[in-house]
Amino acid sequence: MGCFVTEGLRTVCGGPFSFSVARGECLALSGPSGCGKTLLLRAIADLDPAAGDVLLDNVSRNEIPAPDWRRQVGWLPAESSWWADHIGAHFPAGGKHHTFEGVMFPDLGKTDGDFSNDWKKAGGHFQTLERLGFPRDVLGWRVERLSTGEKQRLALFRLLLNKPKVLLLDEPTAALDPVNGVLVENLIRDYQQDAGAAVVWVSHNPEQIARVADRHLIFSGNGLEAAQ
Amino acid sequence: MSGIIQLTPWDLSLAALLVISLAVVCRRLRLGIGGRLVLNASRTVIQLSLIGFVLKALFASSSPVWVALMALVMLLGAGREVRARQKNPLRGGWGFGVALSAMFVSSFAVAVLALTVVVGPDPWYAPRYAIPLLGMMLGNTMNGLSLSLNHLTQTVRKNRAAIETRLALGQTKSEAIADIRCESVRTGLIPIVNSMAAAGLVSLPGMMTGQILAGNPPVDAVKYQILIMFLIAGGTGFGTLAAVWMSSHRLFDERHRLRLDRLKK
Repeated sequence: MGCFVTEGLRTVCGGPFSFSVARGECLALSGPSGCGKTLLLRAIADLDPAAGDVLLDNVSRNEIPAPDWRRQVGWLPAESSWWADHIGAHFPAGGKHHTFEGVMFPDLGKTDGDFSNDWKKAGGHFQTLERLGFPRDVLGWRVERLSTGEKQRLALFRLLLNKPKVLLLDEPTAALDPVNGVLVENLIRDYQQDAGAAVVWVSHNPEQIARVADRHLIFSGNGLEAAQ
Repeated sequence: MSGIIQLTPWDLSLAALLVISLAVVCRRLRLGIGGRLVLNASRTVIQLSLIGFVLKALFASSSPVWVALMALVMLLGAGREVRARQKNPLRGGWGFGVALSAMFVSSFAVAVLALTVVVGPDPWYAPRYAIPLLGMMLGNTMNGLSLSLNHLTQTVRKNRAAIETRLALGQTKSEAIADIRCESVRTGLIPIVNSMAAAGLVSLPGMMTGQILAGNPPVDAVKYQILIMFLIAGGTGFGTLAAVWMSSHRLFDERHRLRLDRLKK
């Protein structure tokens, strides 16, 4: 039934953690600061060595090369990181660009079939950007021009381009004002439904959890227990 | 040529006075380096005096076993130095091993190549040529390695979040560290590139100065110096490449996870 299953995963902060999330379902995780929420997400994304197993559609992650696993199980860290000067250089395409309405746009063809010069598809990505509140030329901007919240929203866009089957979200709206917070919540909900993605959402905000989550687990002791 | 003017202990003491007065000034200014200055100046005197006697004995015997033994001691010393000059070297034998193997393949290979093919003394391991050549190769490669490896480990530590974000987006370990790796190799190559640019114009390299002081014709000294510069560039470059590649692979595990726990704190 569950498409995404975590079995007896142990981090340095605790465990074993076992839970499953179905396709198109959103599971909220909450708990006090320092209880190991981030470590759990990192362990699921296979960024920290951890005992236990994680399965996606009944296939263990150990049978999949780690980079492929991480493309399918996308982790959005609480703080976004940028390593190049321009926004556009952070997108998959290895520096290839094409122009759409006079704007340089990374050639996203490699990520999803062959639409390298398909304007409509590029237009689709622009729609996502516009939904997140960005003008079309944002990919040509320099990174230092962005605020923390803008970076966080663009990091989500960057992650969704991989078309992950599972989203691991670490307080994705913590740096955002309420208006942008709702934009992000709606975008994630639509992706969850359209792509049939399983979402694991770490949040401190009870109202947000009530809005977005189908189920809610709370860190307690060394494991997780269902919220009342 | 009338031979070289002999230096007396008195001449050296005058030069030593310079170091001592510098140490005194440093002390007064509380720069915190005066002590090390005197200590390492004493190390220079002792180490060089000893090596003077060692080389004298070595030249007299010219047995390949002794030459090989001397080369091994120099190599181990250089490997230890590379590790000691890094703030956070790789744990376990890796910090030492990476430097050692990189220098072995670059410095040794280039020195042997130069001796057998280019200079061609008889026998090719004649210590009068082999030991100084190897010493210059190792000294410069050691500098390049410690600069580049230190840059690699420090930059990776500082950019941990960015590297892990790239991994999380599905990049392989090589893609995630590619730009840091290039920068580290460049850092290691800067000294030799710069010294080739300034050679003759600004600085007269030490080896050439030595030969000229010893009374050799400047044109001969120049030829040797050009040879040495090229050998150093090749040795340093290939050694740095090898060391940076080996170390950057060691910073990740088989699941492409960044493993900073493999660096010494």
